[in-house]
Amino acid sequence: MSNRLFAAIAGVVAAAFIGLNAAVTNDYFFSAAYIVLLYVILSTAWNILGGYTGYVNFGTAGFFALGVYTSVVLFKAFKAPLPVMIVAGTLVAAVAGLGVGYLTLRLRGHFFAIATLALAVMLFTFVTNWDYAGGARGAYVIAPREAPFGFGHYIRYLYAVMVVLAAASIVVARAIEHSKLGRGLAAIRDDELAAECAGVPTLRLKLVSTTISGGMMGLAGTTFPLFISFIEPTSAFSLTYAVNAIAMPVIGGMNTWMGPLIGAVLLGTVQQLVQVTVSSAWNLLIVGVLLVLFVTMAPSGIMGWVRTRQHRRRAP
Amino acid sequence: MDLSFSLIGNAIVAGLLLGGFYAAVSVGVSISFGMLDVVNIAHPAFIILGSYIALTLNGLLGIDPIVCAVLISPAFFALGMIVYRAYYLCFEQRGRDALRGLAFFFGLLFITEVGLVLVFGVDYRTVNTPYSETAWHLGVLDFPLRLVVPFCVSVAVIFGLHQLLRRTFFGRAVLAVAQDPLALRLMGVNPTRIRELAFALSIATAGIAGSFLIIIQPVQPSIGREYIGLVFAVCVLGGMGSVYGTLAGAVILGLAETFTATFFGPSWAPAVSFGLLLCTLAVRPAGLFGR
Repeated sequence: MSNRLFAAIAGVVAAAFIGLNAAVTNDYFFSAAYIVLLYVILSTAWNILGGYTGYVNFGTAGFFALGVYTSVVLFKAFKAPLPVMIVAGTLVAAVAGLGVGYLTLRLRGHFFAIATLALAVMLFTFVTNWDYAGGARGAYVIAPREAPFGFGHYIRYLYAVMVVLAAASIVVARAIEHSKLGRGLAAIRDDELAAECAGVPTLRLKLVSTTISGGMMGLAGTTFPLFISFIEPTSAFSLTYAVNAIAMPVIGGMNTWMGPLIGAVLLGTVQQLVQVTVSSAWNLLIVGVLLVLFVTMAPSGIMGWVRTRQHRRRAP
Repeated sequence: MDLSFSLIGNAIVAGLLLGGFYAAVSVGVSISFGMLDVVNIAHPAFIILGSYIALTLNGLLGIDPIVCAVLISPAFFALGMIVYRAYYLCFEQRGRDALRGLAFFFGLLFITEVGLVLVFGVDYRTVNTPYSETAWHLGVLDFPLRLVVPFCVSVAVIFGLHQLLRRTFFGRAVLAVAQDPLALRLMGVNPTRIRELAFALSIATAGIAGSFLIIIQPVQPSIGREYIGLVFAVCVLGGMGSVYGTLAGAVILGLAETFTATFFGPSWAPAVSFGLLLCTLAVRPAGLFGR
């Protein structure tokens, strides 16, 4: 399937999801769906670096919060419109991804993982001490009363925006997977030394990969302040984002674009249900236990399991 | 002038004392990450677990946390053996990439933290010891005993570990297993067994450090994350897997943190360790004392 055809199909699916606006009357559905879509973007972004390239990023929350706080600052400074926020937050997070990659990707893989965690904590400290962006007390970002394009409630508008962004992320991820870049990244994942010897420009490809992945994580955060309307550092930098962004691709399967999508939809929906019916602490425990179980028992995730079954059926 | 001298002097004293404690916190990672190449990102979570066990023992039986440290270290040793067994069976033996091992430890970190939240809640907890409130004074310098006692015991632990790793057959085998497992096998030693014991030793130090932590500051399940940067910063600064290097790196970090807290405010302190770590990685990844 060519990239254009896939993009067209993704567009049709996205339009169908936006069309749910007319059919569903309950506003809660859209706020729950917004969170699931947010995780679709985050885990797709994580997978570009983690799944395709084989480098673990623990700092998802940091990149996400960069997007969030770029929006907060733009909103406070000029009441910037949503498209400006989305572009600016993505760019800021992409530059941060490039910077961290440049600092640590020449070292062994572990150091990159630790450095991304370090970045998240450092950004957290800076934002906590930055009074203009609300500091430790937090900041209000109140969405306009009227949503544009006749969406009614603003949540519905944000949901529609998020559907488009998630569809775009998946199209980008799939395009990378099937491109020369994607094959280079896969070579790095499988054997970096051999890739280097075969003439793959490993450092450059890794930097491209961290930049795209970081930017996409920022993208996921840009609309979040308008969604939550009160933002403070502890919630913007919550480790929940980091652990979910890792758990979802691991559970879904890491080597294809479909894995993070399946993982995010499955785990995101379960979390929304548990959060409402039981409690948020149990909900996090479930994610942690699932992550450890999958990574030890079924390291190729749901996609890997499906694939082995197909193989068995073909060759009895 | 007098004021600034006492300010600086006290920052140095507090930094040194804190540094000794940080060495006990990080020496486990120097063993697991520096010597065994196991990226145990859940190490701080085990430390917090140790704190809560010391807290519980203190609350139920009134045992001093220092005594608790001795009592719980065998249990943590056993826990470490179990964790390494699982890690070995699932990842090392099958030759899987380290990436999934990292995700495994990250999951352990998360489970421990959420488990503690479910059992103990998210309030800050602390213990009271006879020496918590007292301090020695030397001129304008203060020596709070709640820092002095953990410092002394930590330095003793570091010294003991150094002797263990340098003087005994087991210690030399641990140093050898990273360099040449095959040669070790030819010597009639099982490298996996050595790695298992060394990893268990590193977790035992986590239990000990956790018991000290509860004397030094109030503990809450999620503060473990702040220590992730600290332990890896100290480990990298100290040159990966050198016990005395760990002590030196820890003292540098302790000083940097207390100076930042004194002159810029305590809310900046968490950025110090991570900032130092990023700088070290960017400029001198072999560590200050590495070759």
